[in-house]
Amino acid sequence: MSGIGTGYDLSATTYSPDGKVFQTDYAQKAVDNSRVTSVGAQRSREAVEKLVVSKLLVERSSRRIHNIDRHAGICMAGLLPDGRMVVNRAADEATNYKSFYGEPIPGRVLCERLASYMHLFNLYWSMRPYGAAGLLATYDDDGPALYLVEPSGVAHGYFGTAVGKARQAVKNELEKMKLGQITCREAVVEAAKILHKVHEEDGKPFEIEISWVCDESGRVHQKVPAEVLAEAEAAAKAALEESDMED
Amino acid sequence: MALDAQGKAEAPHTGTTIVAVTFDGGVVLGADGRVSTGTYISNRASNKIQQLTDSIYLLRSGSAADTQAIGDYARYFSEQLAAELGRAPNVSTVAKLVSTMNYQNKEMLMGAMIVAGYDEQKGGQVYGCPIGGSLVQEQWAVDGSGSTYIWAALDDGFKEGMTRAEAEQLVVDALSLAMARDASSGGIIRTVTLDKAGATVKYVPGNEVPTWFEDLPAPGTAMAVG
Repeated sequence: MSGIGTGYDLSATTYSPDGKVFQTDYAQKAVDNSRVTSVGAQRSREAVEKLVVSKLLVERSSRRIHNIDRHAGICMAGLLPDGRMVVNRAADEATNYKSFYGEPIPGRVLCERLASYMHLFNLYWSMRPYGAAGLLATYDDDGPALYLVEPSGVAHGYFGTAVGKARQAVKNELEKMKLGQITCREAVVEAAKILHKVHEEDGKPFEIEISWVCDESGRVHQKVPAEVLAEAEAAAKAALEESDMED
Repeated sequence: MALDAQGKAEAPHTGTTIVAVTFDGGVVLGADGRVSTGTYISNRASNKIQQLTDSIYLLRSGSAADTQAIGDYARYFSEQLAAELGRAPNVSTVAKLVSTMNYQNKEMLMGAMIVAGYDEQKGGQVYGCPIGGSLVQEQWAVDGSGSTYIWAALDDGFKEGMTRAEAEQLVVDALSLAMARDASSGGIIRTVTLDKAGATVKYVPGNEVPTWFEDLPAPGTAMAVG
């Protein structure tokens, strides 16, 4: 089958004539085309995500957001089993850092280590890049932070970002928000609204998982309390109905 | 060369007094200068205060070789960490590195150290890192063979929220008291004061060390050589 990268895309150790490593690009596509969308918003320090389920699945049984340490959490998007390995590595890094230096790993350091780790798999013929990207939420002495680590090993700090199929629509919504000025709770509601709105077109059943790490949570990364989540989803549904009625 | 019970040459020992005291806005470190192998003073003006970072220093007592090796490792690890963090490491982190080395190698090492420094988060801090590998933060700490003579002096003399001058004087006085009574401590006094502005290193020559007994002449004035 001939495609864009024919001949130059068989291994991560081959460049194409125009300077691309196609395996890395393909790994990114695995993330971009994932049917679930993950959102992170820094001011509120929360990672939000959206699941598509089948009727036979037990609700909330598959977790997308994981704790790395008390002060850090990660939400993986893309190939979820790949993501699980990255999560385990992040937890190892955090544990080793704390064991050696006696303090929780700073967000910046964890981000850089994860980025180096993911990059490693882009260098060797015998391994394939991870088809997963991670939204990393941390709260350390320098304050809260949100990082996105991509399969290529690129990592940036963000005020707000999204990955997955509907990421552009979500990012458009995020840009309208004044992320620096809303509280944690408000951001949870906003995120729920965005996810419901973006998913509306699909029509399929889905559920949301939201976590936060902020002053309100005592700087601990945790799932948002049930009542906050319920309030957010109710507000999201109400906002959708309102905009429906306006049509 | 002094010989021990087995007939082997005794390793150089920093029979020592080291003191660190926090004050309002920083910390003062002080040490004597004597290094002895048995009864021979191999160095009477040694520097037992080792710099680990711009604002964190290490006071060394016990085996001179062990503490120098630990100090070098601690400085290396701190530099690496600073590069990864993009800023200077905290005093507590560096102290943890020193105590970890003591703990993991406790069969082989004999290093009783004090890590003291200044960082933006918690200001001046003193951490005791004794033999065995424990780590305790304290408002002041002493260690070394001469410290036994001055625990009470510091219990009495230390006040919370002292000024810089008071703390410096307390350190010098305590050291000189220990040096007067401990045969393994003596010579000169070196101090380092750490605060927001940085490090100030001071040196008190032997004949200016405070004396406490009028009948003892100040060292250096009794004999004229040559």
